[in-house]
Amino acid sequence: MNPLMRGMTQPRTRRDVFRLAGFSAAGLALAACGVQGQKAAPPKADAVADYWAKQKKNGKVVFANWPEYMPEDKGPLEKFKKDTGIAYEYKEVIQENAEFFGKADPVLRAGQSLGYDIVVMTNGIQLQHMIELGYAVPLDHSKLPNFDANAGQKYKERSYDPGNKYTVPYTSGVTGIAYNTKYVKDEITSIESLFDPKYKGRVGMMADAQEIANFGMIALGIDPEKSTEADWNKAGEKLKAQRDAGIVRKYYDQSYIDAVSKGDVWLTMAWSGDVFQRQLAGEPVKFVVPAEGGTIWTDNMLIPKGAANPVDALMLMDYLYQPAVAAELDEYIQYVTPVPAVQDLLREKAKTAKGEDKKALEDMVDSPLMFPSEADYAKLRNYTQLTTQQEQVFNPIFQSITQA
Amino acid sequence: MRRLTPYLLALPSWMWLAIFLVVPMVAMASVSLQTGNAIDGFAMTFSFSNYTEAIGRYSTQLARSLLYGALATVAMLVIGYPVAYFIAFKAGARKSMYLFLLLLPFFVSFVLRTISWNFLLADNGILFGTLKGWGLLPADFHVLATTVAVVGGLTYNFLPFMILPIYVALERVDPRVVEAAQDLYATRAAAFRRVVLPLSLPGVFAGVLMTFVPATADPINAAILGGTSNTMIGNIIQTAYLTNLDYPTASALSFTLMAVLLVGIFIYARALGTENVLEAAAR
Amino acid sequence: MRGGRAGDRLLHLYTWLIILWLSSPIAVMILFGFNDKRSKSNTTWQGFTLRWYAELFDISDLTTALANSLKIAVASTVITVVIGTMLGLALGRHRFRGSGVTNFLVFAAISTPELVMGASLLSLFVSGNVPRDSVTIIVAHVLFSLSFVVVTVRARVVTLDPSLEEAARDLGAGAWATFRLVTLPSIMPAVLAGGMLSFALSIDDYVVTSFVNGSTVTFPLWIVGAVKTGIPAQVNVMGTLLFGAGVLIAVGNAVAARRRS
Repeated sequence: MNPLMRGMTQPRTRRDVFRLAGFSAAGLALAACGVQGQKAAPPKADAVADYWAKQKKNGKVVFANWPEYMPEDKGPLEKFKKDTGIAYEYKEVIQENAEFFGKADPVLRAGQSLGYDIVVMTNGIQLQHMIELGYAVPLDHSKLPNFDANAGQKYKERSYDPGNKYTVPYTSGVTGIAYNTKYVKDEITSIESLFDPKYKGRVGMMADAQEIANFGMIALGIDPEKSTEADWNKAGEKLKAQRDAGIVRKYYDQSYIDAVSKGDVWLTMAWSGDVFQRQLAGEPVKFVVPAEGGTIWTDNMLIPKGAANPVDALMLMDYLYQPAVAAELDEYIQYVTPVPAVQDLLREKAKTAKGEDKKALEDMVDSPLMFPSEADYAKLRNYTQLTTQQEQVFNPIFQSITQA
Repeated sequence: MRRLTPYLLALPSWMWLAIFLVVPMVAMASVSLQTGNAIDGFAMTFSFSNYTEAIGRYSTQLARSLLYGALATVAMLVIGYPVAYFIAFKAGARKSMYLFLLLLPFFVSFVLRTISWNFLLADNGILFGTLKGWGLLPADFHVLATTVAVVGGLTYNFLPFMILPIYVALERVDPRVVEAAQDLYATRAAAFRRVVLPLSLPGVFAGVLMTFVPATADPINAAILGGTSNTMIGNIIQTAYLTNLDYPTASALSFTLMAVLLVGIFIYARALGTENVLEAAAR
Repeated sequence: MRGGRAGDRLLHLYTWLIILWLSSPIAVMILFGFNDKRSKSNTTWQGFTLRWYAELFDISDLTTALANSLKIAVASTVITVVIGTMLGLALGRHRFRGSGVTNFLVFAAISTPELVMGASLLSLFVSGNVPRDSVTIIVAHVLFSLSFVVVTVRARVVTLDPSLEEAARDLGAGAWATFRLVTLPSIMPAVLAGGMLSFALSIDDYVVTSFVNGSTVTFPLWIVGAVKTGIPAQVNVMGTLLFGAGVLIAVGNAVAARRRS
């Protein structure tokens, strides 16, 4: 019986009635006290060990992810089930980081469980809040042998979670510049093109405060990861000048990709995976990591506080780091995998494949958008890490530009 | 028993509104007066300055939202009234078919509608690209990322909410009354003005209420169709809440918006002046 | 009256133009349901195929999401129409204590930004320890559609002549019989219109649902998440079938109405 029918047909128990009555009391309580803060102290090493010592394998795991982030046949999860005997529930319930966090916050704050053992979030303000508020369970690295052996070095040194204390990468992407070759005849190499009056009204910038701030700073030769308040102000001024000169058409969410492939904007800040898909569809778009640098972002797996099956969750996280499994995932997702060995595996597969599949696989293997070279990586910067106090300065600077 | 009737009729809705609207609103009112941040927690400080600061900082977006909401509402009224009139008086047995057809596009997700609009209205898409090819439009003409697009989007998305209530009010007007009036007043225009229009006013009022209010608070159209200076108050609230976790500012802005809309609707009801409408609105 | 005829024809044409305008994005959606796309994005035309119709139910989470949306829309519409019509009648017909406050609440429910409504409902459910699932989604959908039904019904009721009901009662009809035989038929257009509005509001809602859904996924929720990697063509096909079913119902209704008259 599905939950809807169950909810409607089951008789209300006495507890439910009390619950309804409790609502008004709850509302008053909400009104009376403020919202409790929960800043988490960094976990002590033995506390982590204690936590994991108490957990045991339960034979099931609930994985919350974004839609279209797992092959339709759920191949990797089926293999996991076969190899470990752990049953899985896979839920495509995450649509947007901010909304996901907005929804998770009150639940976790109240000490309740989200009902998921693994969730996937992009590094950025919301993930940082998850970690700061103690909503992420510290990981036991002794149970992550595949991760240790197969994850690329870059994915073990991420400033938002040093030492992978709380998260391991699911997939990554690069923020750079995309341009429509039908309208832009020059080769774009520099971030300055985004500020070039020649493209007045034809430039797309991202609405996300972090993303746009990064590009403002990179254009000024500042490494976002090491930036200060003075740097943010300078970047803000540069971006404001760009806006006031009418160069920017719009501050986009992901819809920038439609805009650039149709030619509404000619060049724009862009995420690598989006552009790669458009290229496969034969659209005249090109992606470049600017000479001055671009940024790398990562969608990360973490175990939320109160998860019922943390051991099984950790096993699944680690399982996805087997090169063969990672290859199967990446072939479907088409972003950057944290497991470098995947490139060779896909190359092998391309050799035996035929026709269209062969072509598609070869395109993937050769694409710098899925497998960035060392030179590409060298140009990639990380996001700015902000404390809550800093955030209250940082956000208004850039939001006053994107939301005027 | 009859004296109890209205209370019994209102009871289920009252319960719904009391539990799911009033209780959260009380909580929200409390949050709007607190200070702090999401990590260290918020404490009640009775900071009414949350309101003055938020209004001061976002007065542009607030005023812009009211303007866009009003423009879209007028556009909907002008576009929608004739449609409601046609369906009510001339559609005969097909009334519900027309109503259904008007609403059907809205059963399909807004994401798909948006993607389609972006396709149709692209600068060099099938519509403008063709016109530009014929030399009928200048090469840099565009609709997306402009004020026109935002107001147009609001008009498009809320139009059925204007048409349906007007239709509902008109539908009960006996066409024979209209015919009689036409015989009396000789011109159709006079008959319309003196007979049909007054009878439809409660519907118009309902339509305006159901379109102006949500259109002014809407964040989606500005986000998707707007350019660099079309941000509306709904977008600001969304950012304050979801990105900045600034719950006090988000709550204060929501209450401010509600208060401003309430005043606006009240002034409108006054200006409309018909006793009938005033009764319907302010009773 | 000849000018009148021409005017009527013009109005008829105008109404169809408006319907066409409102439906124009649907045409694009239908078209791209037949697109033989190679990559995950579905925005450039790459040839005709019926593949997506054959593989319509291949994405099981998407199918579930659509089924959830339909169930929730039907359930919340039924509840909203019943209690909203009752309140609309009370407000349009009777003077009673608390009607001023009620009017204010009806207004407040429309003017609360969706996001604020969603977030505050979630806090409420969390503090009441209520698990989030289809039931909480229905509760929320009823809350935001209620006012639209109330306002529509009230607008109709205030234009009605109460003497009809009095006459019915004088003739010996009970309260229920009066309601069923006199009141309900005369407010029926408003009830139907309100029902259609609630259904449309429910089936297309994203923001409020995203807060109170727990792990239940609806059609709009699934699509918004899929934008990140590319919306599969099955979404277009499902939209097309939904639209097609609606057109069939509309036309069938018109034919049935003609038979009756």
